[in-house]
Parts: sequence; C-alpha cells; structure tokens
Amino acid sequence: MSTKEIDDRFKKFGTVSFTSVSKINDFIDYLEQGKVMGTKCRDCGMKFFPPRADCFKCLTSNMDWFEVSEAGKLISFSKLQYGPVGFENDLPYTIAVLDFGEYKVFGRVSDKVPEDDLQVGMDMKVAVNELPNGQMNFVFEKA
Amino acid sequence: MGKVGIIGVGQSAFVRGYPGSIKELTFEGFREAMQDAQISTEDIESSIICSSPEYDKQRSPAGVLSEYLGLIPQPTCYLETLCSSSSMGVRMGYSLIKSGLHDVVAIIGFQKMSEITSAESQERMGRGADLQWESPFGTMMPAYYAMYARAHMDKYGTTSEDLASIRVKASTYGQINDKAVYRKAVTMDKLTDPESKMAGPVASPLRVGDCCANADGSSCIIMASEEKAKALSKKPIWVLGVGAASTAVNMSGRDLFTGLTVAKDAATEAYKMAGVSPKDINVAEVHDCFTIAELMAYENLGFAEPGKGVELIRNKETYKDGSIPVNIDGGLLSKGHPIGATGGSQIRTIVKQLRGEAEEMQVKDPEIGLVHNIGGVGLYGNVTILGR
Repeated sequence: MSTKEIDDRFKKFGTVSFTSVSKINDFIDYLEQGKVMGTKCRDCGMKFFPPRADCFKCLTSNMDWFEVSEAGKLISFSKLQYGPVGFENDLPYTIAVLDFGEYKVFGRVSDKVPEDDLQVGMDMKVAVNELPNGQMNFVFEKA
Repeated sequence: MGKVGIIGVGQSAFVRGYPGSIKELTFEGFREAMQDAQISTEDIESSIICSSPEYDKQRSPAGVLSEYLGLIPQPTCYLETLCSSSSMGVRMGYSLIKSGLHDVVAIIGFQKMSEITSAESQERMGRGADLQWESPFGTMMPAYYAMYARAHMDKYGTTSEDLASIRVKASTYGQINDKAVYRKAVTMDKLTDPESKMAGPVASPLRVGDCCANADGSSCIIMASEEKAKALSKKPIWVLGVGAASTAVNMSGRDLFTGLTVAKDAATEAYKMAGVSPKDINVAEVHDCFTIAELMAYENLGFAEPGKGVELIRNKETYKDGSIPVNIDGGLLSKGHPIGATGGSQIRTIVKQLRGEAEEMQVKDPEIGLVHNIGGVGLYGNVTILGR
C-alpha cells in the first residue's frame, strides 16, 4: 500500500466539487485567506482567470498569482429555478459573468443581491463565500 | 478531385422513452436511409457512429452498432462533439471520401436519452460545463443560453415575446412533422400567460416554452464520391461546404455574449468553401435548442445584421413562404433533441427539401440549403451547405 499523501485541496471548491487534484490547489488556500486569485504568466504577462498552471502560448509553467481585487462589469446573468443533483438546497440562485478587461470571471451572484437590482453593465466585485455545507466559493456583490 | 454527394437520408421518429435498445433505435434511422439510397450494406465502406457518451451505458458503441447494422468487417469509429456530433460526422465523412480512402460512408447518429434515469441525467447535466471551474456553481444548459438571451435583450431590445414567436413558428411546422415528439399547437397566449405551464420560469429570462425537450432518436446520412453517387443515385445532393469551429468552454473565456462565435466562424468557412453568400441560401435548418439560439443563428449566419434578427421573425420571413425559411420541420423545439441524432436529422430535412420531397413542409423550389448545428453552449459549431 502506498502511503503517498494526495494533495486534494480543490475538493473544497463549490457546493459540489467534481475535481479534487489540480496543480493550482493554492487557489483554495488563498480563498481561505479571503482572496480570489488568478495566475499571470511570468514569460508573456498574460493573465488567466480561472487560474492555470500552464501557459499555452509560451509552453511554460512559470506562473505568479494575482488578486482579483478591482471591480468588474456585469456582462450577463441568469436566475436558475432548477439545478443539477447536489444543488437543490441552493435554489434559486443566479449565475453571472463579470468583465475585468484583461480577463473575465464566471461565478454566482451573492444571495444578498436581489435579481431586480442587477443591471447589465453595473460594477460588481468578487467576494469569498463560505457555503452552509462548509465548502467555499466566490460570489459577486455590488461594488 | 470530385464532389461529395449524399445518396441516402433517414431518421427514426423522435420519441420519449423509446421501447427498445440502442441497437434497435439506431436500426430505424439506418433502415430508412438504406431504403432511400437503395443500396446494400456491402456498398458501405466505412461507418462513423455519433452520440454523446454520457447517456450511453454501452461502452464504445461503434462496434456493437456496426455489427447490428451489418457493417462488419468494415472500419468504424465513434465521434462526439456533443449536440453537433453527427454534423461533425458528415464533415469527417466528407474528408474520408475526398482523400480517396473510401467511396461510400455512413454517418450514423443516435441517442437514447432515456437509457439512464432522470436522476442520473440530472447528475450528468451538472457536469456539462467546465468541470473544475463552472460545475461547482451548479450550472445548467438553459442558464447559459439564458445569459446569451439576457445580453441580447439588453443590447438590442429583444423581448420575451420575440423569443416566444420563434416557438410559435416551430409549432406551426412541428404539427405537420410525423417524426416530431411535440406535435401540439403552441399559441402566444400559452407562452406568455403567467398561469400557463409553458410560461413557467426555468432560468431567467428563459421559460419552459423557450426550451426543447429531450428525446430518443437516430439518424443516418449516406455519403458517396461523385462517381459512386452518380452511379448509385438518381438524385444525389451535393455537399458544397463543411465549416466547423470551437471556442472556450468556460464563459469566462468568451468575448461575445449576443451571438455564437463558433456559428460565425463555421459559416464563414462553409460559405467560402461553397462559393456562396447568405443571400443564396433558400432554406435552412438551425440549432434551436432554445428560442434565443435560433434568433442568434439568423444573425451569426448572416441572414440578418446583428440585432436585426428579430425583424425576420416579426415579419414572418423565416416561415415557409418567407424570404429565408428556417426550421420548416419544427426544429429541435418541436422534434425534440436526441443529441447525437440531431445533426443528421437536420441534414435529412434539407436533403428532402432540395429533392422536393418535403411534402407539406416543402419550400418552393430551393436550390441551396444550409444546416447550422451547435454542440454544447456554442462550444462546437458546424455549418453544412448542400446543393442540388
């Protein structure tokens, strides 16, 4: 029997995580510190969100982390009345995409923001969110 | 290098809960195409089997199905690009024939969506996105297309009634297509009355009536080299262009939210290859998995400028007697959407239109037809142009 420890930190991401092992597992540590982070290629400077371990342009894996800290613009959103298995207790919830210029972020809108307050083009910021089942994700709040 | 022709087309009826195995279901579309082509299984040199694997209990369906259809010992393989699998199959068949490797190839699409329970199906739906970064938020296909609908409404003033009018058109023709799963009339009232089930919210701004239904079904397209097509068929239909494209699966990798880049890119390639432009298209089948998808298709295919697609439906230009008839078989909204079989069914419709065999659904004397088939939420795009 192998006793090699598996780094499965990513299993903590989202209501249901379908991935447990990834080279960007530090993303979870940053979430626990209240930070939502992307990666930036040290060779070409391209920013990636979601974070990637590898740059397809440079074919290198020299990445730095950067924080998604400024406000982004709401591109679009949809409030779901039905969800997949495992998400029943979250319903209804709203998914959305924010544009930060150099990159975009897909995620959920905070339950604290009513759908009627959402307007395409409005400024929103990203915040770390702890879910009732102990899992973590990030949500969009009014900037 | 000669042309590539289509010499046989077939599909099963698209139904809820097909009472048979995937082999028997696939046989139905295959039999219709073989009877249409009037050839024997020995004439088919290779097959490509297309479906979306998350619904298949059978591992590696290509071998099992080609055996059942009598297509052994010829080579076969499995191909998938989600909902556009069988259109991509036709593109691959085209290249097998163009390369000179084979003269006659069968593209066989199938999906028995009822093969798994609805709980299993819902579990799989959650994995139909970027598994690492999107699925943990709880995503569903309608919600993604709903984000496109919202962005289109915001930018161009498109309304829920505009979207509903696309469903009304679909039902006009779904009622006269005996292969369609949904054959009832759908009125604007039924789609907009808050008391009506079809007006119930699914993922805002999309409602029940904006969404197509799951179905079980199969399709088959038999393709041949020019020489063989002329020898075997009285009315071959020629493949003029086979465009295809892909894009980022994660919404954060997309640059356009009011249209699908894969449709634009695949159309550009297909038009160039065929040497035609949007105004040359006499009849089209577009991938209306949701009403907004048909509206975006009008614009992405160049039938209308961006933002002007609504005028086509408001003025009934996409009805049978309009300037560019679209989905005169009821579309996915009426026929249902058995993932792997859908593209073949769309191609079958256009082949029948070009041959003048579409009966009650026949558009007046079309010479050039187009098929727009999208995989995932604009993840894969195929545009196929056919001519007499």
